[in-house]
Amino acid sequence: MKTAAASPEPRPRRFTSLQGLCGELWRDKAGFLGVAMMAALLFMAAAAPLLAPHPPAAQDLRARLVPPAWEEGGSRKHLLGTDHLGRDVLSRVIYGARVSLAVGAAVVLLAGSFGVVLGLLAGYRGGRTDSLIMRWIDTQVAFPGLLIALIILAVIGPSMLTVILVLAFNGWMVYGRMTRGLVLSVRQTAYVEAAEMVGCSAARVLFRHILPNLTSPLLTLAILEFARIVLAEAALSFLGMGIQPPATSWGLDVAAGKNYMFRAWWLVTFPGIAISVTVLAINLVASWLRLISDPQEREKQFARQMRALSARKRPEAATP
Amino acid sequence: MGRYFLRRLLQGIVVVFGVTVLVFVVTRLVGDPVKVMLPLEATAEQRAEFERQLGLDRPIAVQFVDFMGGLTRLDFGDSLWQRRPAMTIVFEKLPLTLQLAFLGVGLALILSIPLGILAALRPGGVADRSTVFLSLIGLSVPQFWLGLLLIVVLAVRLQWLPTSGIGTPAHLLLPVVTMALPALARLVMIVRSSMIDELNQQYVKTCFAKGLSFRRVVGVHALRNAALPVVTLCGWELIRAVAGYSVVVETVFAWPGLGLTAIQALERDDLILLQAIVFIVAILVVVINILMDLVYKAIDPRLELA
Repeated sequence: MKTAAASPEPRPRRFTSLQGLCGELWRDKAGFLGVAMMAALLFMAAAAPLLAPHPPAAQDLRARLVPPAWEEGGSRKHLLGTDHLGRDVLSRVIYGARVSLAVGAAVVLLAGSFGVVLGLLAGYRGGRTDSLIMRWIDTQVAFPGLLIALIILAVIGPSMLTVILVLAFNGWMVYGRMTRGLVLSVRQTAYVEAAEMVGCSAARVLFRHILPNLTSPLLTLAILEFARIVLAEAALSFLGMGIQPPATSWGLDVAAGKNYMFRAWWLVTFPGIAISVTVLAINLVASWLRLISDPQEREKQFARQMRALSARKRPEAATP
Repeated sequence: MGRYFLRRLLQGIVVVFGVTVLVFVVTRLVGDPVKVMLPLEATAEQRAEFERQLGLDRPIAVQFVDFMGGLTRLDFGDSLWQRRPAMTIVFEKLPLTLQLAFLGVGLALILSIPLGILAALRPGGVADRSTVFLSLIGLSVPQFWLGLLLIVVLAVRLQWLPTSGIGTPAHLLLPVVTMALPALARLVMIVRSSMIDELNQQYVKTCFAKGLSFRRVVGVHALRNAALPVVTLCGWELIRAVAGYSVVVETVFAWPGLGLTAIQALERDDLILLQAIVFIVAILVVVINILMDLVYKAIDPRLELA
């Protein structure tokens, strides 16, 4: 059974090897920068207890609003200074990565799996299922998301878990729409029909045959959404409806530093830079991923490389 | 055209209805409005009295019918915080939010067209790469943080502009710029990619071949054809500005529009005012969507509105 369903010709592979992928990454400097920054951030989040010089919530009331080490009055004990409770800014920035990345990953997983499953159903079943799901998506897309998030959080109480749930509730529709479109485009292809013909169940066709072929566009979307979610979490925490103290979050720290903005610029500046760098890194990775996974873009790039190659070869051929 | 409008109107009603039901369910069923709105130390009698005042002691179905009935008359009841009709407050604040949103997106549009064209003229060139990189940065900087930085540098250090509030045109500058930035970053990207596509078309060669000036070919022929995706995104940016960014930007600059009022209502647990704000914003989103379709039709008469 299985062998009959397998494709007779070898499947064209996107990347010749992992080495090839790394080579491509190295050639695209912006993408490389993004991946490197992302790796550094992940390491920072994972190894926060080892890297941070102080516990993030440890107060030192004798050392309040100490400026960064290079400013006058700064001390080497607190490289990026301290806040109004004497907490070490550097340590809080390091620990903040955990919250941002965890919330981002959780929301992407939750919203992504819900949206993808509904999108698969809508695209595959068609008919009434399709129109029902699409109407639901169209309606919810037009909701004022931030306001609804704020109200829900105010009523059920803001916490990391509720922030994740609310952001996932607000953000699953993109995945649904995109998945449905992609399913419609592969619905009539030979491999799907072959799978149906040999008697695969709908679930098997969807998850074993169709879904793996949608990986690269969905992955790009997921990473773009990740960037958006990091910003959304920061904004919610800044507005006081996200992560709550004593937990740490970059958005929360900017909000707290706002009150001391005119005396202590570092309180607002460093967490903000952390958010920006994180989102920039994710955006760079996403745009690189889009470039390498889009066949059209790959073709363009290939043409460019060939041109560069032939331009390099010509003078060599002329010398002997 | 008439049928089209009927359909869009129906869709809009579904959206507004959906938002309202969602808010109703969240505030009445998931949460206990009395618990949210009264202080912790309130006695049982006070709670009962408050419940009776708001009509919360009646069955939930009756409350729902009453709530929906009020909606049709645009009557949400009195704001708990300001002790006057919530709708009056909303209509007072609405123009300020619209002003900020339209000026912000307008500024972004005006800046994005020349920048996007400049980048598209030589894809991969220095101008192109720096534009793309700058827009990526623009997309990555959180809006509230950008606003705070602008305040610290321009208003506090250099003292060129007021820190917050409304009144003079100078008060407008920082909030509008902050509002514009993310929209600008996305618009530049779309103008750029859309113009690159158009400039590669055959008709552009024809235009050059028959001797039209560079300016005319790029600025009139290509730009006009590239406009459609830009208009779509503009509509989305307006919706984002009204429904989302206004809350953040208005909070940072103490701009007394709907967004700041929503945050203040949230802090005072004024769920009635919040419901009114969400309702109006949902209607605004629907209206902007329909307006965008009309602009579409005006730009590209080939489009069948369906």
